[in-house]
Amino acid sequence: MEANIAIPSDSKETWSGGGVRPFGASYGKMMMWFFILSDALTFSGFLAAYGLTRFKFIDSWPIADEVFTHVPFIHGDYPMYYVAFMTFVLIFSSVTMVLAVDAGHQLKKNKVTWYLFATIIGGLIFVGSQAWEWNTFINGSYGAIKTSDDKILQFVKDGHQVGFADFVVGDRGDERVTHTKKNGLWFVSGQTVADYSVNQVIESYKADPSIQIKSELIDTGKKQKVVLSREEGLEQLLKGTQIVEGANLQVNEYGNTIFANFFFFITGFHGFHVFSGILINIIIFFNVILGTYEKRGSYEMVEKVGLYWHFVDLVWVFVFTFFYLV
Amino acid sequence: MAHAHESNVKRIWNVFFILSVITIVEVFLGIYKPAGLHLTNFLGTSPLNWIFIILTLAKAYGITWAFMHMEGEKKWFRRSIVWTAVFLICYLVTLLLLEGGYLFDTLGPLVQW
Repeated sequence: MEANIAIPSDSKETWSGGGVRPFGASYGKMMMWFFILSDALTFSGFLAAYGLTRFKFIDSWPIADEVFTHVPFIHGDYPMYYVAFMTFVLIFSSVTMVLAVDAGHQLKKNKVTWYLFATIIGGLIFVGSQAWEWNTFINGSYGAIKTSDDKILQFVKDGHQVGFADFVVGDRGDERVTHTKKNGLWFVSGQTVADYSVNQVIESYKADPSIQIKSELIDTGKKQKVVLSREEGLEQLLKGTQIVEGANLQVNEYGNTIFANFFFFITGFHGFHVFSGILINIIIFFNVILGTYEKRGSYEMVEKVGLYWHFVDLVWVFVFTFFYLV
Repeated sequence: MAHAHESNVKRIWNVFFILSVITIVEVFLGIYKPAGLHLTNFLGTSPLNWIFIILTLAKAYGITWAFMHMEGEKKWFRRSIVWTAVFLICYLVTLLLLEGGYLFDTLGPLVQW
């Protein structure tokens, strides 16, 4: 019993449990593990909720390969590559972290410093990539039309999705422009007016027979979105109410709005974990340089922070699978 | 602290190599989506999805056991973490996915396409 009872001690030993080591693990490490357990359950809650919603809209859920197709500095359709790169960055930063822990066991201060430095750089690259990914997702790629019954209509030509600029011609017809402060009424704000109007898109669709409409519905045999015939497309298009460019919490040009909500929520929560992991890494990085752990004779703090960092990687492995692959 | 002074560097790189290979396989399958695996059905979803899930669990095992050094912890400490997580997550996922399927069965027919 004695091993499991907290022995009163002066406050200096609060974080070490006064040298009590249940299960042979120090107090700090054990609590890090239990924190990770509860955090893992939080993330599973999010991912399971994503699963529920996806199953609820199983016949019309956006196809990840058609959503995340961008790679920085390269034009074209490249699904997966960029997320794969992000995954590698995070796994590699996990490796440098575990190497830092390993060097810490041997009390090699220099090695710990450099490996931690590499870990921090890896984390920054990952968060930067995620910011880019968000930016791309928010700005959108092609644009779509939202109908009065809350469906998203995309446009295809010869089997490839096209943007408004590729086929919309003529005048928008309603004289609307985005309100700017210099035109008086500076205290009034309004919505940004899209470059094209819905009527203009409908007219252009009628004028160009090579354009077809892709609905949200998935053809279960081919696992691809159904492309409507010209007549069915027009019927749907006439219900159009809004030009949608990009994605946010209200509308999403890639399909179901709740897909965007989950994307922001899950990758955002994970990104916040990476961000706080970087901060903690930076703190212990400076502690290592200052020799705090050298004096203490143990680099266990690096190990505890390392656990958190690996956990962030672990979560990403699951987010990667369930958001981008499955 | 049984491993206090021996270095595990070689093992760390081995695990990294395995995790990388798994990721490359996943990305390759994710891009090419072989029709035989992607468009067929096996136990409720496509075999491709099962492959992804199994590979993900393999990666999770590698990260937890090798990188987080779960293998070096005492047996019942390890179990207090792993069993708790595995049990609760399986429970939650099962219930929510069943519910999601039910929602589709009841609400899906009400949506006009």
